[in-house]
This record gives sequence, C-alpha cells and structure tokens, in this order.
Amino acid sequence: MTTYSFRLYVAGNTERSKAAEVNLRFLCDARLPGTYEVEVIDAAERPDLAEEGRILATPTVIRLAPTPQRRVIGDLSDHDRAAVALGLPVLEEPSSERQRR
Amino acid sequence: MSGGGRIERMPTGINGFDHVALGGLPANRSTLVSGTTGSGKTLFAIEFLARGIMRFNEPGVFVTFEETAGHIRRNSASLGFPIERWEDEGKWAFVDASMGIGEEEQAIGSYDLGALVARIQHAVRQTGARRIALDSLGAIFTRFTGVETIRHELIRIASILETLGVTSVLTAERPAEYDGVTRYGVEQFVLDNVIILRNVLRQGRRNRTVEIVKFRGAPHRSGEWLFTIDPQDGIVVVPLAFLMSSGRASSERVSSGNTELDEMCGGGFYRDAIVLMSGPTGTGKTLAGLRFIATAFEAGERSLFCTFDETREQLLRNADGWGLDIRSMQASGLLQVISDYPEVASPEDHFLQLRRTIEEFGPRRLVIDTLSALERVVTPRALLDFVIALGAVLRQNEITTLFTARPTGRLMATGTPTTAEIAGFTDVWVLLQYVERVGEIQRAITVLQTRGSAHDQGIREVTVDGTGMHIGERLRGVSQVLTGDISPAILWAPESEETDGPSE
Repeated sequence: MTTYSFRLYVAGNTERSKAAEVNLRFLCDARLPGTYEVEVIDAAERPDLAEEGRILATPTVIRLAPTPQRRVIGDLSDHDRAAVALGLPVLEEPSSERQRR
Repeated sequence: MSGGGRIERMPTGINGFDHVALGGLPANRSTLVSGTTGSGKTLFAIEFLARGIMRFNEPGVFVTFEETAGHIRRNSASLGFPIERWEDEGKWAFVDASMGIGEEEQAIGSYDLGALVARIQHAVRQTGARRIALDSLGAIFTRFTGVETIRHELIRIASILETLGVTSVLTAERPAEYDGVTRYGVEQFVLDNVIILRNVLRQGRRNRTVEIVKFRGAPHRSGEWLFTIDPQDGIVVVPLAFLMSSGRASSERVSSGNTELDEMCGGGFYRDAIVLMSGPTGTGKTLAGLRFIATAFEAGERSLFCTFDETREQLLRNADGWGLDIRSMQASGLLQVISDYPEVASPEDHFLQLRRTIEEFGPRRLVIDTLSALERVVTPRALLDFVIALGAVLRQNEITTLFTARPTGRLMATGTPTTAEIAGFTDVWVLLQYVERVGEIQRAITVLQTRGSAHDQGIREVTVDGTGMHIGERLRGVSQVLTGDISPAILWAPESEETDGPSE
C-alpha cells in the first residue's frame, strides 16, 4: 500500500484557498481512500515555511511522497488534469467521472 | 539641494546618480529600472541596497527572480559588498524566487502570488527594510503562463510595497534599445517613475547611459548621462560638474612657469583655474606644460603629468633637450607621469584612473597633453563629458590644470568646434597660432578669457627656443586672429552628433 503525502500552501482564508483544499481532498478521497495525508500551510501565517519551501504562487500543492516530488499550482478546479499532474492513480470504476479520451 | 517639493527623496548612494536625480529616488515609491540584457540593471538593484547599508545604514530586501541568491552573493563580493555578513547582521535579506531544479510547476485553475507577497512582507518586517529591489520582473513572466494574472499580481505587490513604507527598485527587460520601455508592458503599473539604462555601441565604443524618463511630481535632470561600470566603484555616472556647486573660488595666484604669460593673465593663474592651451604642433605646448610642472616642483608641490601623445621616453628626451630634469623630479616623488595611448580605455575609464590617481597622489597641478589625442577615439560629446567630469574633481581639489589641444588643420587657431566648447568650461584659454603679417608667418599668443580678472587682451608675438617660450611685443596690424573659424555659433552650437536616436 502506497502512502501519498501532500502539502498544500495557501494564502489566507480565501475562496480560492478553500476551493483548492476541497478539490484536493475530493480527488484523494476518490482515488486514494485512506492512504493519503494533506498538510495545509497558510503562507500568510507562516511566511517562514513558504520561504523554506520556495513557494511563490498560491495555492501550490506539492506531492512529497511518493517521490519524485511534483508541484502543481492553482485551485485544481479541473479534476482530470489535476489528477494527472499530481500522478494520482486512475479511478478503478470509470463510472461517475468521465472516461479518459 | 534644489528640487524636493513635496516628494521626499531617498538617495541611492550610487556614484553620481543622485546628482542626476536631484537627490535620489522618490521615497516610499516604486521606480522601474529598465534596460536590455547587460545594461547593468541587476547591478543597479544590488548597489541600491548595498549603498543603502554602507552609507545610510538602511536595511534592504533583495527579491531575485532570475539569478540565485548564491550567485548574487558571489558576484557582489568583488565590489566589496559583504552580503553574507550583512545577512548575518540582519541588514540584508534575500527572497530567492529564482526557479530551482525540479521546481517546474503546472498550473491548473486560478492562482495568485500570495506566497511571494507573504515572503516579501515577512522579510521586510524581519529586517526593518527601508529599501527593496525586485530583479527582474521579466523572469517571472517567463515562469508563469498567465500574463494577465502576473501583471495583476505585480500591480498588487507594487502597491503593497508602498504601504510598507519602503522605496523600491524594480528591474525589467527591454527587448531593444530605443524601442518601448519594457517587454510585457510592465511599465503599466510603475508608470510614475521610470529609469532607462542603455548600453550601445557608438563609433566602435561601448556607451552606457542612464536616463530618468520620469519621476512623477519630482524634478530631475533630463537626457542621457554617461556611466561606466568600474570593477571597484561599481556604477559611476560621469558628468558631475554641472551639478556640483563650485563653492568657493580661490583668489590665490600661481605662476604658469612663464613670467610674461603670468603678466598677460593678470598675475598668474588662479590656484583653482583650469587652463586650456590650444595651438598647432610646434607652438610649444608640451614645453609650456613641462615648465608649468617644473614651477610646482621648485615650490615643493606635487604634480601629475598625463601624456596621451608621446611615450614616456619621448617625453623624457624632449625634456632633456629643454634642460628639464624630469627624472629627478620623478625620483623626488613630487612628479608622477602617466603615459597612455588614448585607445587603451574609454574616456570614462581614463576619467576613473585619473580620479583615483588624484585621490591617492594628491597633486596640486595637473597637465593633460593633449586632449586632442582623446578626440581621436571618442565622440565630441564624450570628450566634453570627460572634461566636465574631470573639471569637477579638479575644482573640488583646487588643482591648477593645464589642458593642451591641437587643431586638426595646421593653421587653424581654435581647433575643432569641440575645442571651443571645451574652452567654454575652462577659466583661461591661451591661444597659440600662426599669423600672417606683412608677408611673413609669425607665432602669436592671445589670452582669450580669464575668469574675473583683468588680463591683456592683445595679440602678442611669441617665439620658442631651447629655453622655452618667449612672449614679445604686441602684434599690431593683425586684426583677424580668429579668422572665420570661431564664432559664437561654433562656440556654443551642439555637435550634430547626438546622443540619442538609433544608429541604424
């Protein structure tokens, strides 16, 4: 069982921040049920951590595990593309979500 | 300092720049510094912070989008900026926004630069920064695809910086000289204050200029100003003379080395005078220069002799012929001779070398023999700037100076229009020339202008022999000394060669 670990950087409690977290959790719940963790960092509160992670854009998601790291910026509103960009497994029953072209 | 008004200024501390900017950058505002690759934008940004720390003890934050922080630390060490130490002391902080390996990122959905904003605010708070530099905005446009988003975010950053009470320098690329202000329309949000750095080849020489395009509501000097990038001093904006008030003027007189010439000038040159001696080859200019320094030597004063015309050996040999012992003057430490081909360096570099020598050696007199040699390799404008810049240093240090110049045509007295323009910045213009008189060619000398003193307005005969220059009787019946080639128009009309306009 592979464990996925994500770090999500946001800036303040904005609509965009909330959307990014909701979208990330939705994707993970669907594709990685019970085998993932998400850490949310608010750059406005912890600029030192944003500095350490060399983050410019918010939201930014970093897939810390499995390696190699992957970085995606944006609110992840396009689920299919977000899943590919984050290297998430393909859905087992291709029912509710549309088929890959 | 003039200017000011209601917009406060923050001196950059960059050599010469604040004179052009009439005090500095508009305080608590953002200024865009735009230029092509290699125009010195990054150095300007680095110096803005470094000089702030060194001269005004004002901390700064450097946001780098292009080069890594490590790169900037290393490159700045050679200019004597100990950035690493300043970081330890909490005076300098980097926000390293350069793209690292493996940091490529894909954009899915909307985003902003909230994390960058937070990092900048954090760094400003931590250091108590008064200055901030962002270098360079173009790099962030190539990194992120959403041009509109990035432009919007930069506008936001610029306005946040103003609320933080910091003065900022933002650099941006220009695709080409004389073509718009920046790529990506960055100027749209820092339109108020724009500086352009240029780096162009003119007549085979690299010419760097700085131009303040606008400062909203704040006066500044217009036009392009030459600058150079010196390995020790960094950016040096060259023509300082218009800008420095000369302050006091010396009333002390010193001898030119020739009693009759002293007489013609009303009792010698003023201690802080700059004298131009122009005349064709063979009229005794070099000899006059050597006599001028020999007088200083006899008075136990230091002098600097700078020849662009002859090698050191030629100069020594000529001096020997005139019975002047240059070698022992040099050995005594009172005379320093610089012999250089004008082609070896740009006029800015010659200026810096001279300025450094003047600072280190502290001469009371200076001879440059001849300025015309420099004219071979530079534009008239650049030569004039050189003289003006040097003039500022000389007047400040009260160094009695003799420039020699040679007309291009053999019998023309006044030389090129540039010579006449240069004469406008000197205190005394000693004109040597050939005149025709009752069927015979004679040498004549005239003192054309002397600041604030009575002087002999006459044209006098002059002879040169092994012992030097001898000024004789007034030449009567010579009316046309300035035959044709000098008129107010020539004196003051600018050269047709201009400093702007593309060289296509």
